[in-house]
Amino acid sequence: MIAAHLPVLVVLLPLFGGLLAALSRHNEAAFWIALVASIATLAAAAALAGQVMAGGPISYRIGGWDPALGIEYRIDAVSAPILLLVAAMGVAAIVYARRSVTVEIIPERVAWYYTMMLICLAGLLGMAASGDAFNIFVFLEISSLSTYTLIALGRDRRALLAAYQYLIVGTIGATFYVIGVGLLYLSTGTLNFGLIVERLPEITSPRALIAAEAFIVVGIALKLALFPLHAWLPNAYAYAPSSATALLASTATKVAVYLLARYLFAVFGIQRSVGPISVADALMALSLLAMFAASLAAIFQNDIKRLLAFSSVAQIGYITLGLAIANEAGVTGAFLHIMNHALMKGAAFMAIGAILISAGSSKLDELAGIGRTMPVAAGALTVAGLALIGVPGTSGFVSKWYLVLGAIEAGRLWLAILIVASSVLAVLYVGRILEVIWFREPAKRSLEAQAVPLSLLAPTLVLAALTIWFGLDAGFPVELASSAAKALLGVSKGALP
Amino acid sequence: MTGMLLSGEASLALALVIPALAALAIIALARHPNLREAATLVAALALFIVVVDLLTGVLAGARPALELAHLAPGLSIALHVDPLGMLFTAIAATLWVANSVYSIGYMRGNDEPRQTTFYACFAIAIFATMGLALAGNLLTLFLFYEILSLSTYPLVTLKRSREAMRAGRIYLLTLIGASMILLLPAIIWTYAISGTLDFAPGGFLAGRVGPEAMAVLLGLYVFGAAKAAVMPLHRWLPNAMVAPTPVSALLHAVAVVKAGVFTILKVVVSVFGIETLQTTGSSAWLVYVAGFTIIAASFVALSADDLKRRLAYSTVSQLSYIVMAAALATPLAVIGAALHIAAHAVSKITLFFAAGSVYTAEHVTKVSAMDGIGRRMPWTMAAFTIGALSMIGLPPTAGFLGKWFMLGAAGGAANWFAVGVIIVSTVLNAAYFLPIIFRAFMKPANGPVREAPLAMVVALTATAAGTILLFLLPDIPLRLARAMVGV
Repeated sequence: MIAAHLPVLVVLLPLFGGLLAALSRHNEAAFWIALVASIATLAAAAALAGQVMAGGPISYRIGGWDPALGIEYRIDAVSAPILLLVAAMGVAAIVYARRSVTVEIIPERVAWYYTMMLICLAGLLGMAASGDAFNIFVFLEISSLSTYTLIALGRDRRALLAAYQYLIVGTIGATFYVIGVGLLYLSTGTLNFGLIVERLPEITSPRALIAAEAFIVVGIALKLALFPLHAWLPNAYAYAPSSATALLASTATKVAVYLLARYLFAVFGIQRSVGPISVADALMALSLLAMFAASLAAIFQNDIKRLLAFSSVAQIGYITLGLAIANEAGVTGAFLHIMNHALMKGAAFMAIGAILISAGSSKLDELAGIGRTMPVAAGALTVAGLALIGVPGTSGFVSKWYLVLGAIEAGRLWLAILIVASSVLAVLYVGRILEVIWFREPAKRSLEAQAVPLSLLAPTLVLAALTIWFGLDAGFPVELASSAAKALLGVSKGALP
Repeated sequence: MTGMLLSGEASLALALVIPALAALAIIALARHPNLREAATLVAALALFIVVVDLLTGVLAGARPALELAHLAPGLSIALHVDPLGMLFTAIAATLWVANSVYSIGYMRGNDEPRQTTFYACFAIAIFATMGLALAGNLLTLFLFYEILSLSTYPLVTLKRSREAMRAGRIYLLTLIGASMILLLPAIIWTYAISGTLDFAPGGFLAGRVGPEAMAVLLGLYVFGAAKAAVMPLHRWLPNAMVAPTPVSALLHAVAVVKAGVFTILKVVVSVFGIETLQTTGSSAWLVYVAGFTIIAASFVALSADDLKRRLAYSTVSQLSYIVMAAALATPLAVIGAALHIAAHAVSKITLFFAAGSVYTAEHVTKVSAMDGIGRRMPWTMAAFTIGALSMIGLPPTAGFLGKWFMLGAAGGAANWFAVGVIIVSTVLNAAYFLPIIFRAFMKPANGPVREAPLAMVVALTATAAGTILLFLLPDIPLRLARAMVGV
């Protein structure tokens, strides 16, 4: 009985959990509510993934209404891994938050903080579960609004400015998206993805659709921080509370990438030309710019959180590049990197969060020799850093393998060389961190750093361990990613003329 | 019957497990220096026994394999010993014993800091070398190649001085950069065109790719394996001389540069296949690049006054012998290349041991300050002389063997450029090694006889003896080298 309603439960569990946490008004109770809700969500997502892998896509009609009128939730090989990832990272971030909020959040706001985390999760999961373009807009706004709050709850005053900056940009993005959806509705008369795809061949004048595509892609690109629309991200990640940064970095941009893939492959067709260049070529150019420009920017950051944020922009470039390569290996690489990057960046932000809580700084020059006083957190940061480079034995290597393989199979050796060349920039920014934290004489702050509690380190270590595990035995993520790639490419028959 | 005590799979697993456990034990025993060094020695001896056992099996024809992890469909991390890998394994395991004994004398004699880091990273580097030498496919080789780069970075920067950190940055960026930008695409390209990464005797690329593309692919491998220090990617090696001598020995003899030339030789023999390279002529260009490196590096060595710098450029030059022989791609040439890996390892470690011994006893680092040093440190400089003769390629030393085969191969292939390079470089080698020996023994001594600590003298005497023994009893490496090409 419950199994039949899983597609909607995966969204409702965190949504109602958030409501309960808000009503509880009690920090400890809110934590347990959040933990139970997020674990239940993870169980639902895992069950859904199992069902999809075994029996193909699941369609769920809200209230039993026909998709033409009502809202359809559709879980398939593309969305199932995203749901699983978001739900899993939600659990990790909430476990981590238990201790980090005591330092980073004013006590009266802790219950609200958990509420916002759960509502943000509900929004992100809804974006992945829903098969309705407008319903996705609603969830996009739910996740964005809760994200602004999460960022603004940071103790640093600059967090307010960062949240405000993101609020403006995010609102513009959402507006673009909803205008695009409106145009799409005008052309096709439906909001359901499946029906849109069915009706597209009947459209005689594609001009409105081209406008719809432009608005939708730009709207999503803002949310996923696609270069050059990434300016909001570094501040938001740097000044948000540590657990919020870990959650956002590993889920929010990833869901947006998923949405981009959905629209480009299933609706608009990625190989279609707009003017002289194809969508894929444009996306490839922007991805390469992201990989190089953001990595270069990362090299010159002093605040490790900001450095990791710029690295995120670059790593998102890898993911969108994989989509732009648009063959099976490339898209598999993109989906693999969605998952692998979430794990490694989650571990990195959690590790630097633990260091920030203990040593009181995330500035590189003040953390010299921190590896000696906080070996576990520094070790997790090291593992995550090696994965960002793509050292073999870490999950980052596997993603890169598929991306480069995709480039070579597409007959573009130059692209393969560019992909690996940009990871040398990662050697530079990761190398700087590692040199300072391990090889310098300890600075004052490093010597005064206190040991951090296990509840902070446990989720950090689990993510770091998974980063290595999926670097040595990647069977599970590769299976998820390649099913997603096959599903996307299977429907990518160029829906538009 | 293979005459092995352990099963082949067990030997392969132990070859990785022993150095890995050693690293953990060394870290755990950080506060007990004597026990810590005992752990290194016990592990080195245990590994040596395991490797000898494996060698017995390989000589009897066994080729054990072991899958460590299944990464993804079509990609696995697996070991599969072959004669060339066995040769490298045996060299590294043997020299770990010698280097451990020497290190104890050197590190304590010079009161070096961060000795736990040194022994632990050294053990991890041996772990990586074992995995690399025994790798059954390109992916596994690449994995351990990168672990080797990363684990030796803390060793190159062991002094933590500004100069050491700079050298470390050059070291890591060159090695990791080249391997990422060139070696990794080469491997993935190989996978894309052949659908496999498993090493196979005779190679597996024949007919799958055109001669020009094959030449490009070979170039990606050769420069991607920057540990082989083929010019222009050789600068990291002289820079890394800032590290303590046992680290230099690791870089030059035991593991790092050997991992580079091993990778190239392995790829030539077991990925491209020498017959394929012969028929396509895809490796002809490499003879010239390697030949240039041999001569140019020798000239730099000739003008270097710093002893370790001279030795470093000598290494750059000697490595390219191996690369040039691989590029000639005849059975005789690759046999010579394999033998030269062994010969250069044992002779170069002797030279570095001697240089470190002179430094420890007298704090002399310049060639110009070595007048009469042979009269004061007779054991050390006698060993140095043997190592130098081997570098020049004179009997009765190991260096003669490989050169003999390579010269024969170059002549047999009527490649007069290669013949000329070998002859000219032999003269140059003599020109930069003999004056050191002359100074050391012919100039008057300016002090009493005083050798380095006993552990160091024992180690360098042993490797010098090994240099001569390898000439007198070349049976085992020769059999392995022949088995590599199936003659």
